[in-house]
Amino acid sequence: MKFALFTGCVARGATRELMLSTKAAAEGLGIDFVEMKSAACCGAGVMPEKSPLLTDTLNARTFALAEEQNLDLITICSTCQGNLKKSEYNINSDIEYKDKVNHVLKGGGHQYQGGKIKIKHFSDILATPEGLQMLKEKIKRPLTGLKTAAFYGCYVLRPSELSEYEDPDNPTALEEIFEALGATPVYYESRIKCCGFPIIMMNKDASQAMAGNALIDAIQSGANCVVTGCPLCHLSLDSYQPDIESLREKGYSIPILHLPQLVALALGYSPKDIGMDSHIVATAGLDSILAAHA
Amino acid sequence: MATFRIKRYNPEKSPDSYYQDFEYDFPEGATLLDCLNEIKWTQDGSLTYRMSCRSAICGSCGMKGNGHALLACQRQAAHLMKDGVVTVEPMGNMTPIKDLVVDFKPFWEKIDQIKPYLKNKEKPPEKERRQTPKQFKVIDDASTCIMCGACYSDCQMLEVDGNFLGPAALAKAQRFVGDSRDTATLERIKELSQPGGMWDCTHCGECVERCPKPVKPFDRIKELMAVGLEQGVHGNVGARHALSFTKSIKKSGCLNEATLPVESIGYFNFKGLFDLLPVGLRMLFKGKIPPLIHKSCEDVKDVKRIFEELGE
Repeated sequence: MKFALFTGCVARGATRELMLSTKAAAEGLGIDFVEMKSAACCGAGVMPEKSPLLTDTLNARTFALAEEQNLDLITICSTCQGNLKKSEYNINSDIEYKDKVNHVLKGGGHQYQGGKIKIKHFSDILATPEGLQMLKEKIKRPLTGLKTAAFYGCYVLRPSELSEYEDPDNPTALEEIFEALGATPVYYESRIKCCGFPIIMMNKDASQAMAGNALIDAIQSGANCVVTGCPLCHLSLDSYQPDIESLREKGYSIPILHLPQLVALALGYSPKDIGMDSHIVATAGLDSILAAHA
Repeated sequence: MATFRIKRYNPEKSPDSYYQDFEYDFPEGATLLDCLNEIKWTQDGSLTYRMSCRSAICGSCGMKGNGHALLACQRQAAHLMKDGVVTVEPMGNMTPIKDLVVDFKPFWEKIDQIKPYLKNKEKPPEKERRQTPKQFKVIDDASTCIMCGACYSDCQMLEVDGNFLGPAALAKAQRFVGDSRDTATLERIKELSQPGGMWDCTHCGECVERCPKPVKPFDRIKELMAVGLEQGVHGNVGARHALSFTKSIKKSGCLNEATLPVESIGYFNFKGLFDLLPVGLRMLFKGKIPPLIHKSCEDVKDVKRIFEELGE
């Protein structure tokens, strides 16, 4: 399996452990990820506030780069996934708009054809019957005893017409992956909620109340850790976790993993190899749970 | 046979709400509202909810079906069934008055707050103020709002901050900001840029999912933000964040996570910058700080060319 990997900005910056674990998971699964080093940022839902045309043109350039390699594009960030899908939709639903975008791309020697490549989140290729089978065959250390709570990230769910899921109000992709890895999924209401990250600088109290509500829900539902496919959710739920008042009041804390970290753990990589030691909330407790069930 | 698990509440009898199951074998094609009517008429006349047109146009029968806001008259009961059960609850973010009826007061107050009427100080023409179809298209989607409260009910921001204007009022604001006949754009945008306004939207997209009409409130909020940036209303964190973000992509093709928080908060906002310290230090200690020298993506020249060609 060979894909073009759209890393997104955060996996190359504040959550480098996501990149590390993605490479490990790919290596362990025998997936060939070709990093798209000249792709620009997806816009993260922020650049369209300034200019939707600019965002769509930059993303069309990214799609053209994948088309030139004849590879489907894989994201490792829910926000990148949602924003690329939004641009794909905008461009392909208006032929005049597409011409306008391509006219600009021409100057750089690129053309976006459309319909030639697919845009999928890493979890989308794992949560297929073939992907789940592959996971089951390749795991070396089943995550038995680990209660994992999914946190999807808004952009892979909404708008629902751009989501890869059949029922974005009741997604099961991450939970299916957890089961294939031997972990026990924890279903809780907040798994499809917002982490609060987009407003962390505009309204910190509200942002952290959102993150706190979700984490309290996961903890009270019995989860040992929260697993997310979005590095922005990871920042909100892990890096900012010690600041969340509602959690502090209850004396709660919970480790937050990137999805590729969970996969790589089951593939036998050590927590250190996949950057779990760089998390703000310690993940050591997870090792004890796994050791107790080994 | 289906079970309708309805959240009941009657403060005259008890301060506590409770769930009551009603069994009803509904005919094919019955809407949730048809079922509630049948239950009310034949099983329990005290069941209370708002309804009127039965055609998804009056916006009265907003409620929650299986945890999400909807119009009871617009959704078939069969599509809502889960293991033979349809759970029906009052809308969220508003106080229940009785059973499925909630108090819309905060909703209407926020609609009032955005001054939902045309402001134009110019002398009116002899006949009406006309619009071209192109001008109308800008406000067409927002104009279809039926004030049902579904977006307000499920707004994730309102769940944690009652001060937020909310999706319905902001979409209504876009209907006037985008109106070619309205001349108060700048005044409106300045008000909408205050705390609790458009920049407090958390981008969750929930409102778009719940809106039974083509309003797509989140998309309208984005349009308001674009007008704010275009009109030069930049003295707030949200606007500075969008500008810093875009500048960073123009410069290097990818986001500079080191400059974004500082530029968004503002170089002279000492309290805001001080608030960033704990998380910054924590991340620094764990090696999670972005590289000191920000690296550009390959072929950044082409990215810059696109910015220039589009006049950005």
